[in-house]
Amino acid sequence: MSLELMLALGVGLCAACGVYLVLRARSFDLILGLTLLSYAVNLFIFATGRLAVNRPPILAPDTEATLAQYADPLPQALVLTAIVISFGMTALLVAIALAARRAGDDDHVDAGRQEPQ
Amino acid sequence: MSHWPIAPILLPLFAAVLLLALERWRAAWQLPVNLLATAALLVVCIGLLGRAADGGVTAYLLGNWQAPFGIVLAVDRLAALMLTLTAVLALASLLAAMPRWHRRGAHFHPLFQMQVMGLNGAFLTADLFNLFVFFEVLLIASYGLLLHGGGRRRLHASLHYVTLNLVGSALFLLAVSLLYGVTGTLNMADLAVKVAQAPDADVGLLHAAGLLLLVVFGLKAAVLPLGLWLPTTYSAASAPVAALFAIMTKVGVYAIVRVFTLIFVGERLAVAAPLLLPLGLATLALASLGALSAGSVPRLAGYLTMASAGTLLAAVGLSGDRALAAALYYLPQTTLAVAALFLLAELIARQRGDPGGALVAGPAVRQPALLGGTFLLAGATLAGLPPLSGFVGKLLILRGAVGQVGGFAVWAALLLSGFAFLIAFSRAGSRLFWKVSPAQEGPRHGALAMIPVFGLLAGGLLLAVLAAPVLRFAQAGAQQLLAPTDYVDAVLGARPVSRGGGRP
Repeated sequence: MSLELMLALGVGLCAACGVYLVLRARSFDLILGLTLLSYAVNLFIFATGRLAVNRPPILAPDTEATLAQYADPLPQALVLTAIVISFGMTALLVAIALAARRAGDDDHVDAGRQEPQ
Repeated sequence: MSHWPIAPILLPLFAAVLLLALERWRAAWQLPVNLLATAALLVVCIGLLGRAADGGVTAYLLGNWQAPFGIVLAVDRLAALMLTLTAVLALASLLAAMPRWHRRGAHFHPLFQMQVMGLNGAFLTADLFNLFVFFEVLLIASYGLLLHGGGRRRLHASLHYVTLNLVGSALFLLAVSLLYGVTGTLNMADLAVKVAQAPDADVGLLHAAGLLLLVVFGLKAAVLPLGLWLPTTYSAASAPVAALFAIMTKVGVYAIVRVFTLIFVGERLAVAAPLLLPLGLATLALASLGALSAGSVPRLAGYLTMASAGTLLAAVGLSGDRALAAALYYLPQTTLAVAALFLLAELIARQRGDPGGALVAGPAVRQPALLGGTFLLAGATLAGLPPLSGFVGKLLILRGAVGQVGGFAVWAALLLSGFAFLIAFSRAGSRLFWKVSPAQEGPRHGALAMIPVFGLLAGGLLLAVLAAPVLRFAQAGAQQLLAPTDYVDAVLGARPVSRGGGRP
């Protein structure tokens, strides 16, 4: 199996599980689902730099400085940003979900729903 | 290279850090410092607006990197307009928070400035990934502000709001990386060039990226299938926060305008443009029904926020610079009026006591003439009654729709929705001010509480009185957007400052 196919299947599987869990509408499943979704997205961003083996994005003195010789460093930087942001967001969501569960005594996301006024 | 374009980002950032430090030492200084920073921001933004009105696009190279390798900030007429609007709104909602809200709960002041920083950054940046980052900054701050004041309703509203926006962020990242994978750039001006040259084999991927961006920005702008979160969320927020949030749907509209007039243009790539008009009209129709069925004043204001986003989207979806200019005129006045309604809703609710803002028979307000008159003015502006600014805005959109594809539908939707809002406001007003039992002991609102509401409504009146110059600015702004060469040239042509420290 080629590297590309494996990566694509991995992204697809993560995204599918993530969407399923998010739609379960329980706060714990929701957090897991969003985490899986962000994994899928991070892998996807990483793949936009194209997959390459043995080509670190660090200039070597005896190699020509073109993208054919090196991996694209930008998607890796973007992934780092995305990971940091999604990590922080997950922490916040956990805090909110915990507080909501304590207030509503149920971990369904609509548990605290009141009649709209 | 002038450094003013980055001031609307740095000023709130430093203010937020200072406010965070003051929280421990001198909590009493927070409010004056915040007020000072917001007022200074307004002055800076008006200065940028004056410069943008002269015509040119100002590009600012962050870190002195030549575009497209570094991040570029760009100020054109649209960006300067949005910056000024944000600063006005921030000042008004801070003044509204002054009597009591700012002391209810921790970190209000730093979060407030961070929110303003995220908004300003989103309007300034000319880099798609940077736009994502500033979206996150403004969202993180808005999660905190939404929770401000505590309570179960806010907690549950924010659980939904955070989840929706996290899924939105995931889609945004997918779209951005798809664009990067195809074109190898993230700079919007460079994207505009590269996308036009992309081979036909890549057009499908570009379409997918464009539509994903439409979904993400549509979620922010509360467009129909994705906008149902808005009334619940905004009516749960405290009044000054909801007033500041009135600009957040406009961030979505701004991003739609920016991306779909700059990058996805031309026969081959215009995937989203034909969808904007029907989506906008459907949003407007649903918001009209929602306004008719709203059970409280904050919810009514929430549906009107949705309606203004729908109207704007429909106007943007019409082809032609007249409709786009009308949208640019309509945008500031509707934002100010909606924010005023959110603030007014709280003032009314506090004097009614138990029923609060709910549209049921209850105690009379203690200052019926003052609050009723202001409510009438806000309602008339939002429903679009002459001679107020809402009327001028709608008239301009109707004129822009003449002879365009879908123009008839815009006429019908705009006029019918205006009628629906009129009914909704009459119903709300008669419940609040006429069907009443004797007033209870409650607070009387002094000048301090009324200033922000009056200020926002006076801003709307000013836009009606000065309609001619504002419209000239809007027309020039629309032309600038529809001929993006200026923007592309300014961003890609900006030269780094030489090492000698000289200022070219």
